[in-house]
Amino acid sequence: MAYSGRKDSPELPDFSLLKRLARDQLVYLLEQLPGKKDLFIEADLMSPLDRIANVSILKQHDVDKLYKVEYKPIISTSDQLCFLIRPRIKTVKWISDVVNADKAGGKFRKYKIIFTPQKFYACETVLEEQGVFGNVSMDEWGFHLLPLDDDIISLELSEFFRDNYLAGDLRWVRTAGSALHLLHSIYGPFSKVYGIGRCSKMAYESWKEQAKEEEQKPRNSEIGNVFLIDRDVDFVTPMCSQVVYEGLVDDIFRIKCGCVEFGTDVSSSDKSIKVMLNSQDKVFNEIRNEHFSNVFSFLSQKARNLQVAYDKRRGMDIKQMKTFVSEELKGLKQEHRLLSLHISASESIMKKKTKQDFQELLKTEHSLLEGFEIRECISFIEEHINRQVSMTESLRLLCLLSLTENGLLPKDYRSLKTQYLQSYGVEHLLTFANLKQSGLLVEQQQGETLTVMESKVGKLVNDKTAGKLTDAFSSLARKNNFRALSRKLNLVPKSDDEYDLRLPRDMAYVFSGAYIPLSCKIIEQVLERDGWTGLEEVTKLLNGNEFAVTGKNGANNEAQRIVVVMFLGGCTYSEISALRFLGRERGYKFIVVATAIASSSRLLEALLGNHV
Amino acid sequence: MMKSRSDEEEYWNASKFKAFTFDDEDDDLRESKSAFESLAQLPDEDERDHVEEVSWSGEPVGSISRSVRETAASGRRTEGEAAFPARVDADLAKVNSGYSLSSLFKGRRGASVATLADVSGDRSGRTVAPEIRRPKSEKEDLVGDWSPQDAVNRMRQGKPVPLERFRCLQDKLRLLDRSVDAQDGNVITAVLIFLKKSLSKEVLFGELASRPTALRHLFAYLSESGDDALLADLYRALGRVEDAAVTRSHATTKYTLLHYKEHLSITDEKKKRDFLKSCLSLQFSPEDQVQLQDQVSLLERQMLIEATDRQAELGGKAEIFQKFPRRASILHMPLVTTLYYCCFYHYGQPEGSFSSPQNLRNSFKISEKQFFVTALSARAKQKSWRDVDALFAGRSWLGFTRKKSPLAFQVVVDILHRNSAPVHVLQEYVGLVDDADARMALAHKHKCHDLVINVSALHVGRAATSRDLSLLSSDVSRLQRPTAVARIPREGGGGVGGREEDRRAARRLANPLEELIGNSQRGSSPGDRAFCTFRGLGCNKKDLKQKQCEFVQMELSCWSL
Repeated sequence: MAYSGRKDSPELPDFSLLKRLARDQLVYLLEQLPGKKDLFIEADLMSPLDRIANVSILKQHDVDKLYKVEYKPIISTSDQLCFLIRPRIKTVKWISDVVNADKAGGKFRKYKIIFTPQKFYACETVLEEQGVFGNVSMDEWGFHLLPLDDDIISLELSEFFRDNYLAGDLRWVRTAGSALHLLHSIYGPFSKVYGIGRCSKMAYESWKEQAKEEEQKPRNSEIGNVFLIDRDVDFVTPMCSQVVYEGLVDDIFRIKCGCVEFGTDVSSSDKSIKVMLNSQDKVFNEIRNEHFSNVFSFLSQKARNLQVAYDKRRGMDIKQMKTFVSEELKGLKQEHRLLSLHISASESIMKKKTKQDFQELLKTEHSLLEGFEIRECISFIEEHINRQVSMTESLRLLCLLSLTENGLLPKDYRSLKTQYLQSYGVEHLLTFANLKQSGLLVEQQQGETLTVMESKVGKLVNDKTAGKLTDAFSSLARKNNFRALSRKLNLVPKSDDEYDLRLPRDMAYVFSGAYIPLSCKIIEQVLERDGWTGLEEVTKLLNGNEFAVTGKNGANNEAQRIVVVMFLGGCTYSEISALRFLGRERGYKFIVVATAIASSSRLLEALLGNHV
Repeated sequence: MMKSRSDEEEYWNASKFKAFTFDDEDDDLRESKSAFESLAQLPDEDERDHVEEVSWSGEPVGSISRSVRETAASGRRTEGEAAFPARVDADLAKVNSGYSLSSLFKGRRGASVATLADVSGDRSGRTVAPEIRRPKSEKEDLVGDWSPQDAVNRMRQGKPVPLERFRCLQDKLRLLDRSVDAQDGNVITAVLIFLKKSLSKEVLFGELASRPTALRHLFAYLSESGDDALLADLYRALGRVEDAAVTRSHATTKYTLLHYKEHLSITDEKKKRDFLKSCLSLQFSPEDQVQLQDQVSLLERQMLIEATDRQAELGGKAEIFQKFPRRASILHMPLVTTLYYCCFYHYGQPEGSFSSPQNLRNSFKISEKQFFVTALSARAKQKSWRDVDALFAGRSWLGFTRKKSPLAFQVVVDILHRNSAPVHVLQEYVGLVDDADARMALAHKHKCHDLVINVSALHVGRAATSRDLSLLSSDVSRLQRPTAVARIPREGGGGVGGREEDRRAARRLANPLEELIGNSQRGSSPGDRAFCTFRGLGCNKKDLKQKQCEFVQMELSCWSL
């Protein structure tokens, strides 16, 4: 990709400090339980923990054995048990069972629970109810932010999405506020905070509240601007197939905590391998933001260069050879291995995508985004369902249809739902209920009449109770105005001119030139206008809740161009790529802070109702 | 490390004429791959060592997930006597955190870091008993009366609050309202837990009806803690609130689904059937009621089929079960899977039989298309080409047999291909694809040479058959739809304009020879277009040259036959 944009982007702050902080705090907490102890770690905390500490650090602090929390009776012989968990009722119940089993068996041990990132009253209540309250000591490990890369920080809270956008539970709001607070106290003060969405507003207020409690010494700020955005402001983008390399790798192999496991077809051996994907991987760093069609030519060019570099040894004398071996060879070999790995990965991606007729799929998605030939799209989706192609994939297309069309016509909704239930099981009635509640897949109201009726009836019958109670069940489904937004913000570029993916002209390249991610477009517009002025109609379509606040401290120029974008409910790799592009064009550096890395399958799996 | 040469050749050959692939990029890939192979053959003294040392691989020695796995593994071996592998001890000496606790306190970012540590110190220092339980008198001396707001503020900071002092309903509700205003879910839940313990259900539920946020938190808390009984009570109570029908229906739906959800944990089919039957009396919406009824009848049907088939399988009489052993029981499977199963094992059965696909189709109102797709794949899987053929039987009004399909023939070909249909079968259906370009592309993809020859011969003879004429007219009509045409360039990606394409399609009917030769010059034959159609994956014409030449040569040679 040619970097036509500005080259004077500022340096990113050093986020490794966050890792050291988290590690030291953990060590401190472990030392609160002196002596040898066994450590039980919640399954989804293992990878994040791996990024900041390793076994020897734990061993240094008297951790004897490590176990994964598996909700089964334990076999440890240690007389001190430490549990490192997320504040989940299920896990705390299991710990209570462990303690009670020990009590019954006459075993005496010390127990300590370390909740991360915070503990909830609901968890304490479980301990109390199970009669083990005094037997267990508790602590909080404020491990809020895990830097996954130079410009990606994750809260690794996958449940944030479901809790906030399906259940309407606000328990993570404070966590988001604390994360912001942590960033602010280390890299702030921020000079400007923008945001849109209900949760963003609350997270901002929570941070303000927390910041009030302590005074801020004037310091040199490293982060100038912050942008908070709710995932439900833009559900469309994560429902699109990703075609940028990093996004594709995530869609197909699932990147977990910045690390991907390639199966045997990629590793070209009989074992799968785990690979860290970040800017340290020189090859990956150059292709991660590229549209997939450019990846091959890039890799082959790279291979040729490598050949040239290797060939240099020909005709060297001993001395030159010695320097070559000691200085260059290792680097070349590493590059060689990386290159071969990414070539195999691309090959595997291509095979998989060819198999499922990716081209037709993309065509359908693009038609949906454009609002064109909807009937054809519906029959394509039907065919997908009829042939029992992947359950989540079909669901994703249904959601995209609903989101772009502002709900399905009642006739279509019924027919598609019936076919879906026939293909994947009637128990997905529960999934459809969840999708409806979160607003991802809804049936169009027959005109506005019904809603008017509803409110009239509500008013007639009683005070405000009726409306509010309805609210409790369904207010999370925000009105979606994609078509109007798309027109206002020019999200779908005109189709008659060619789009050169090698020289992208806007962020639409992350979706083959067919669509500019809504979330990123909003960010671009607000930064450009330094606020929401002139975007009144857009914010109305986005259901409001926008804000822009100027801080006291004017940051220096460099920091002004560092923008933290916090996605509440998750962020996709495509959006990260789009923001990187925007950054290069406008001379910004974006730092993405996400409650978790999102993708269509992760979001939809969180809403599936077919598991117990 | 690399695939063997022969493997690789096979792959490329296989994919050479696949339509809709990324083939234009293949050349790049092939190049890079072959560049690699030559690299791999370089003399390499110490490759192994380097391979091990390179640190980008996900989990270095000493990683936590790896170690946990080892604990688990050794735990299984020695029942808890597991110790760390020796290697880790060696590492211990090497690795040092480099950051002691003291450095935490005097770090360069003094203020903020110290606060963090302070906070944690404070937390671990105090006893964390929930002050909710402390007797009131004990606290009274320490603090004065707390307003609901103060209490909420303290709770937000994780500080203990004796909630018992909020005894009258007004106070309790104000406490709840302040917690909602504070927008901290943790505190809202804490207050709700307190209210749940100290208020009767009726009063609590009644008050919550006008407090949606709090209500949602109670839903979430009850469902996370698995208190389905109380949750059901709550939904029922809300359903009774005398308000708008909408609200009632929301609550009822919630209640119904909550109850229905229980069936997921039932594995025994009889119990599940009975449970589902009991759900029929719940207030589902009319459409969902139908679905549920279907679920019950399907399960009953599956139980019948399963019983008969298991016996047949064990008895060893039915040949089909010997030939294609059943991999799993059909119980609890979706309807379409069941249909597939019946099409696979019980295709020819009379319609009256409970396992007959036709019977299934009628009882469950399966759409024609759905039935067709499923039957087609099942029969193709069995390689019963005659059955496949029969599916398409239809008579035109003139009495000719004509193949009819509710599916596009492209899709039919795809399904057959996935079930590894032989060329002579594929060919027949490829020939029925309406769109000439798509037909050609598919013919090439599936190597239906006869068809390519036929199509070419047809064109040479300039036999303007009726179908060609209709094709032509459809092409012309497409030209008149600017919107449709305007969309094509992006799919072409490689610069083949939509209008140009249509014009060429029309021209090809007039002079195929010119078209073919023209293609070799311009480098865009139908096949080429197929390669390019991966919309947006920009096409590199030059890389295509080679493939293109082979392609045209083949086309020409077929044609000259």
